[in-house]
Amino acid sequence: MPTVAPLDLEGHCVAAVFLGDVPHFALADGAIHRLDHGHKTVQANDGLLAAFHDVANDRLITGGEDGKVFAVTAGGEAGELASAGKKWITSVAAGPQGAIAFASGKTAYVRFADGKTKEFAHPRSVEGLAFSPKGMRFGVARYNGATLHFPAAEGKPVELEWAGAHTGITFSPDGAFLVTTMQENALHGWKLADGKHMRMSGYPGKVKSLSWSAKGKWLASSGAPAAIVWPFSSKDGPMGKAPLELGTRGNAMVTSVACHPSQDVVAIGYDDGMVMAVRFADAKEVLLRRPGKGAVTSMMWDKEERRVAFGSAAGDCGVIDISA
Amino acid sequence: MSDAQTQIPVTVLTGYLGAGKTTLLNRILSENHGKRYAVIVNEFGEIGIDNELIVESDEEIYEMNNGCVCCTVRGDLIRVVEGLMRRPGRFDAIIVETTGLADPVPVAQTFFMDDDVRSKTRLDAVVALVDAKHLPLRLKDSREAEDQIAFADVVVLNKTDLVTREELSKVEATIRAINPAARIHRTTRASVALSEVLDRGAFDLSRALENDPHFLEAHDDHDHHDHDHDHHHHDHDGHDHHDHDGHHHALPSDIHDVTVQSVSLRGGEMDPKKFFPWIEKITQMEGPNILRLKGIIALKGDDERYVIQGVHMIIEGDHQRAWKDDEKHESRLVFIGRELDAERLKTSFEACQAA
Repeated sequence: MPTVAPLDLEGHCVAAVFLGDVPHFALADGAIHRLDHGHKTVQANDGLLAAFHDVANDRLITGGEDGKVFAVTAGGEAGELASAGKKWITSVAAGPQGAIAFASGKTAYVRFADGKTKEFAHPRSVEGLAFSPKGMRFGVARYNGATLHFPAAEGKPVELEWAGAHTGITFSPDGAFLVTTMQENALHGWKLADGKHMRMSGYPGKVKSLSWSAKGKWLASSGAPAAIVWPFSSKDGPMGKAPLELGTRGNAMVTSVACHPSQDVVAIGYDDGMVMAVRFADAKEVLLRRPGKGAVTSMMWDKEERRVAFGSAAGDCGVIDISA
Repeated sequence: MSDAQTQIPVTVLTGYLGAGKTTLLNRILSENHGKRYAVIVNEFGEIGIDNELIVESDEEIYEMNNGCVCCTVRGDLIRVVEGLMRRPGRFDAIIVETTGLADPVPVAQTFFMDDDVRSKTRLDAVVALVDAKHLPLRLKDSREAEDQIAFADVVVLNKTDLVTREELSKVEATIRAINPAARIHRTTRASVALSEVLDRGAFDLSRALENDPHFLEAHDDHDHHDHDHDHHHHDHDGHDHHDHDGHHHALPSDIHDVTVQSVSLRGGEMDPKKFFPWIEKITQMEGPNILRLKGIIALKGDDERYVIQGVHMIIEGDHQRAWKDDEKHESRLVFIGRELDAERLKTSFEACQAA
């Protein structure tokens, strides 16, 4: 039976991650809590809005109401990396070679590891940011599509057009596909080699959580009473294929998904706080956590594939140990 | 706790540059009323008050991808409201200040069309600041000035000390012609009582029409809607009468600059089987032309008042309360919009009456 070590905090958890093997919980007030031989806290932003787990550097990049970007490392250090005036930092991402990107209003910024910063002005708001896993390239989700920038080189960005407001963005782990979440209840995808469109719709709610499975074979998503898992293993992605619907519940919506690091299994968090793990092959479900006080907002597996850290909108966070 | 949260009220302030929005905002932020406000502005500008919850946001209008041209929302508001509501303990209400040229409709629709925003906040009222001196000019050169008035629940007719009594009644008549349902407050230095602009419940079906007893009444009593601020402008009148030769021959309003019209309908008890399909159809077909609609409907065989309101194609309705013994079971409905076929609305509305 899985066991849950709860950590009851006050406030909305923006991100639950492992840095090293220590679970960290970034709350909307900017406090970063961690369970490291006891409950410890370090302060990042004054008002934390966005967080991105920088896997390569084992750190959490955060952006906030104070217009600043922080990096939080495993030892419990929170250091300011950049600032962009009085406006909110609404999106952050980490890329190769220690580069990070952040967005404020209509401007996207890239900060390279040496501290040099480059600005990318857009005609409309920069909604979401993601680096491509290959090369120095990052994507911006925006109104009516996405823009790809090559921050290390001069030259024109690549524009990908699709009508509607695109709010979030992710590259597939092999860099072949780009997928955006939209203001409407849908995902949109592009096959980058030929610009072919993929429209993934039918969600009853907005999609706010996406997670690529091991080797990028599947893309799991929230926004429905089940985790909607799209097949991406063929060269045309999910076109013409039906998604898996895993962990379907009649009376709850999926709010967070986190794929297992190596197996075709997804951890699914619901709006009532329940967490399940479901296997793709046979849709077998295991209950990991009973319903709690608030919607699950963020989850992550540890490297040993034994624990899942989770955060909630009501602050009832914790760590699930599935090996116990 | 997220599920125990009550919906935070949102007040939208519209008005041209110089109409007094910042003055009003500064009063709201500085007066001692015991409430804390988060303010969403387009530019920090001249707000002189030190308030950590002033959020600068780029006005970002998104058309929804559903084929409906009037289904627009403010994308930036969705994001800012979501961020603010993750730490709800910091404020009691939200104020959205729009730019002078802003279309109020996407702002309002955000609070109806986005599920996340809607679940956490409720639109309280749209307040339009109007510069008494410059309104006639504004109406000539822009459609936005008119839209802001047409869409407002409360109009603060400001800077009344800069116009003559005749000019003022003319301007007020023009506002009335554009929007017969709004409350009008005449002010100098935006000195309207804050209770007249905040916590109005103008979009709250159970309150909307209750706190405005004159709603949908005949238009001729408009001078007396507000109690506090009507009268001090009389002081300035004396000297004006004689300087402005020719001007006071003008009719109450030159409404030829006005493209918004309102259609007020009145009828008896409605047959629900006819009324609901009718209002659905009207809002589907005429939605782009309808800025606001509000009404109190008497349904045949129903002992409760049914209230209804709409913005473009979005309509909401609900039972409000039981009819009082001495109340006439009467249906009243007002449309504010453009290119409305008054005659057709009237006949088709009347055709919904119960036999």
